[in-house]
Amino acid sequence: MAITVNRKPLTFWEKLYLPAIVGGLKVTTKHAWGTLFQGKKVTMEYPEQKWTVPTGYRGAPYLVKDQDGDTKCVSCQLCEFVCPPKAIRITPPGDSGLKADRANAEKMPLEFEINMLRCIYCGFCQEVCPEEAIFLQKDYSLTGLSREELIYNKEKLLALGGVSPGIQKWKHKLEEAKEQESFPVKV
Amino acid sequence: MNWNFIIFSLVKIAIVVGVVQGLVAYSVLAERKISAWIQDRVGPNRTAPPFAKYIPVLGPLLTRWGMFQPLADGLKFLFKEDFTPAGVKKIYFWLAPMVSIIPAMLVIAVIPFGSVMPLGSTLGTQKMVIADLNVGILYTFGLVSMGVYGIVLAGYAANSKYPFFGGIRSSAQMISYEISMGMSVIPVLLIVGNLNLSQIIGWQSGHGWLVMYAPLSFIIFMVASFAETNRTPFDLPEAETELVGGYHTEYSSMKFALFFLAEYSNMVSSSAMMVTLFFGGWTLPFWGLNLPAQSLVMGLVQVLVFLLKLCFFMVVFIWVRWMFPRFRYDQLMDLGWRRFLPLALANILITAIWLWIRS
Repeated sequence: MAITVNRKPLTFWEKLYLPAIVGGLKVTTKHAWGTLFQGKKVTMEYPEQKWTVPTGYRGAPYLVKDQDGDTKCVSCQLCEFVCPPKAIRITPPGDSGLKADRANAEKMPLEFEINMLRCIYCGFCQEVCPEEAIFLQKDYSLTGLSREELIYNKEKLLALGGVSPGIQKWKHKLEEAKEQESFPVKV
Repeated sequence: MNWNFIIFSLVKIAIVVGVVQGLVAYSVLAERKISAWIQDRVGPNRTAPPFAKYIPVLGPLLTRWGMFQPLADGLKFLFKEDFTPAGVKKIYFWLAPMVSIIPAMLVIAVIPFGSVMPLGSTLGTQKMVIADLNVGILYTFGLVSMGVYGIVLAGYAANSKYPFFGGIRSSAQMISYEISMGMSVIPVLLIVGNLNLSQIIGWQSGHGWLVMYAPLSFIIFMVASFAETNRTPFDLPEAETELVGGYHTEYSSMKFALFFLAEYSNMVSSSAMMVTLFFGGWTLPFWGLNLPAQSLVMGLVQVLVFLLKLCFFMVVFIWVRWMFPRFRYDQLMDLGWRRFLPLALANILITAIWLWIRS
């Protein structure tokens, strides 16, 4: 069924286009003045200015160290298996391999590579990690001149990751679990 | 053979073409900057040659203002691939950009951009106009209406539907506005009694600017020149949002640049015509600037005055682009034929009667 829209005929004043002209003049002048003299521009000049990354942002995943500066990763390879785009590749130390930095850990990876071109920043690796050794951090602009350059190795990942915010193993997992028992869930 | 005349004409042509092309290049920058400001943005502020950062204060400042942007744009146009799509009508495809740029450049020839330059006894006093034609206004109208052929040809030659629409719209638009534009100038001619642009300016220096005598003429002329130069709100032949790029959709590289130059040259010449016809050309009613210059400095100042007035109208052209939405095709026709034409005719009649009563 066709609905007839009631269109109001333009008044003589409106037909002259004058109100529209004055309105356009006012709006454009206001905006130009605001941008030019009051610094009301809405754009951000990106490489010089950067937006503040919100908490909980999922940036690039990096490996973290513990409070003693030791590698937290124990080469369990859970992250490698859970990674949807298969961006993580871990080389375990093997039978006669590398001893862990830490006293209470059995082993640590010989090599830990993340292909940042494959990574989709899903955060599964962080979620699955039993040692809290990998965290999605705030970097979002990874660039390189070749594909090889963007495969980050263990050394680079550890250097970029820094020291973990959660030092004590399992403590945060426990808190999370406790919080999920009360309703509504806060986390 | 008058060598003095030939040499000075060539010099004037070189300078005027250079200045106009410079104006065109920098009006593109002005367009981008002013558009940016109106839209709460910053506009081009990055482009710079490698040496710019070594110039102390000026280098970064000019970069910030985007002063190097037109150079980069020009260079880019020169080095882009000049692509000819399959199925175009080759001859017309090549011809169209030329047909559109040539009239746009030729119009400037009759515009007096300054009074005179006294260059001493040996070189004589030079008039600051390339061709001081007695049929100045008719010449400009003749050439301006030539410009549409370039657009129509481009639309026809491209063998593609969007340019074709652009071409059709342009021809219809040109016909409807050319007449109102011509009619709107007749009161000016009635008042001054001369077609020569220099003489029109001369009359205005004695009697005051013509915009005070024929304001309605000015308004109609201004609106019509927006339509002539395909600027918003009458940019139907281009209409990026409807017709992709309108008549120049299929063009690339320097051929596209020529259309671009033609559009902005048309803006320059329209502004120059408005300044000359209604705003006293190179004159200012104080500091003795409304009389032909007696010294070189005064001559240069008058050229500067003309350029400033011209730039003002260029800014208006750019500014208006962000004020109004585009007219619909039928609204445009309606405005041209049913509003402005009768208004222009009435304006002629009223001016004639007024002059008859006064005489």
